[in-house]
Amino acid sequence: MKRLLLYSALLLGAVIFAYPFLWMIAASMKPELEISTLTLWSKNFSLNSYVQVLETIPILRALLNSLIVSLSATVSVVIFGSMVGYALARLRFPGNNVLYLLILFTMMIPFQIVLIPQYVLMVMLGWTDTYLSLIAPTMLSAFGIILFRQFFKSIPQSLIDAARMDGCSEFGILFRVIWPLSRPVVITVAILTFMTSWNEVLWPIMVIRDRDLMTMPQLVALFSIGGAAGTHLAFRLAAATMLALPVILAYSFFQRYFIESLATTGMKG
Amino acid sequence: MTGLGTLLARLRARDRGSYLLVSPYIVFFGTFVAYPLIFSLILLFHRWNIVTPMEWVGAKNFLRVAEDALFYKSVLNTVFFLLIHIPLQIVVAIAFALILNRRVRGRGLFRAVYFFPVVVSGVAVTILWQQVYANDYGMLNTVLQAVGLPAVPWITDPSIAMPSIAIMATWKNVGIYIVLFLAGLQSIPADLYEAAAIDGASPFRRFWNITLPMLNPTVSVIVILSTIGGFSLFIEPYVLTGGGPMQSTLSAMLYIYNQAFYFSHMGYAATLGVLYALVILTVVLLQRKVIEREIGL
Repeated sequence: MKRLLLYSALLLGAVIFAYPFLWMIAASMKPELEISTLTLWSKNFSLNSYVQVLETIPILRALLNSLIVSLSATVSVVIFGSMVGYALARLRFPGNNVLYLLILFTMMIPFQIVLIPQYVLMVMLGWTDTYLSLIAPTMLSAFGIILFRQFFKSIPQSLIDAARMDGCSEFGILFRVIWPLSRPVVITVAILTFMTSWNEVLWPIMVIRDRDLMTMPQLVALFSIGGAAGTHLAFRLAAATMLALPVILAYSFFQRYFIESLATTGMKG
Repeated sequence: MTGLGTLLARLRARDRGSYLLVSPYIVFFGTFVAYPLIFSLILLFHRWNIVTPMEWVGAKNFLRVAEDALFYKSVLNTVFFLLIHIPLQIVVAIAFALILNRRVRGRGLFRAVYFFPVVVSGVAVTILWQQVYANDYGMLNTVLQAVGLPAVPWITDPSIAMPSIAIMATWKNVGIYIVLFLAGLQSIPADLYEAAAIDGASPFRRFWNITLPMLNPTVSVIVILSTIGGFSLFIEPYVLTGGGPMQSTLSAMLYIYNQAFYFSHMGYAATLGVLYALVILTVVLLQRKVIEREIGL
């Protein structure tokens, strides 16, 4: 009896979290008149709404834009973040502590303070409506550096010393000795950065006006509120499904990594 | 430049390597943290629409904030959101974590399903919830009416719209907190429960006197994280309600965004941004103080 209750609760939870998504995918393929039903099946399934979305907005271009922006940010944070994290964790140099405090300070200040001035900076540099405005401000992250620093502290000093004896430069030590041992933290920082960049909306709608340069969430958000979807619910749901799909695919293959990585944000508190 | 040159020459070779390694952060900090911080101080005292030259206005921006009833309303709206969202999220997350912590089959699968909304773009989730909350043919109202209950004007009634957004945000984010609580639960030593069972403590007492206190660190992390996250509430009202009905879901971030990009009041928006950030910092620091005093973390 108790078991039964337990599993009913678990299943109810699964329905609450998964059913709306399944419904969204189904509804996006239904004709407009059938969307009001809760069923997941219709005899009249068609991809018409998807064709309409593809014809109305440059959503594939937006997918490409999002990939370029998020991948650039990820590669940059992983490389530069690990460099700074390594120096902080394993090297003594004048200013080491000051730098660490600066990074903690960066993590503490609410982004609301710098949001408008950062936008103004983009305008002054002439970077609005370019990839640069989307990528440059996300090329490093204080939290990423901290994660690298924590992890690198646990690498045995003897390995570093041995490499140094062999005449390896600090860059060589980082990328040839430490990196191969640091898969978990690289994956964590990569997923965190990619997800943050991929899902960002506020910053893109500030700096990008050119439809061909918009990121995917931005384009879909504006499509949904801007009236381009008209009264067609199915169009909106099709656009939302296309937006969710790449992440759904990535998540179904690597869900363990996603969960573990995103849970590390709990360390931020 | 020669000054910098001699300085570099005097550095030990190893230090030079170190500075090269940290140089990306120095450039980044200068450009995207220090410069905007200083520039925001300048903006505080100017009127500027980005197109025409900046105009010095002294303390006018601050005087304007003092009279800006809509800004206060938007901050209070956001606080209202937090007051519903955070407790709701913690209760739901603990409940699911407790169930998942029992010996159940398919724990990994259930955890993955609950976590799923966390990874999906907030825009997609909000478009989906537009249909969940829709008045006539919305999912929730269809279910309610099917069991004989009246339909609820989820996002069209000013007094219900913000709670509705809080429920939606909870649905989207709770997965991450379930995982955090699950980790917290698994770190509680089993002998505590064994000792309590020997003393004849009821399951409820065990939960109240062992589980909850042991979860305190997790609760405090979650409170602070979701406070910071909640104060940034933007995309949900932006897509779902546009701040309406009757400005009941106008969040502070949405208001600041409108000031900057709808009305082109850059100086004023920057002023609001700075003041709002001070509000956030104060709240978070107070929370930390209370947490430190109450549970001595």
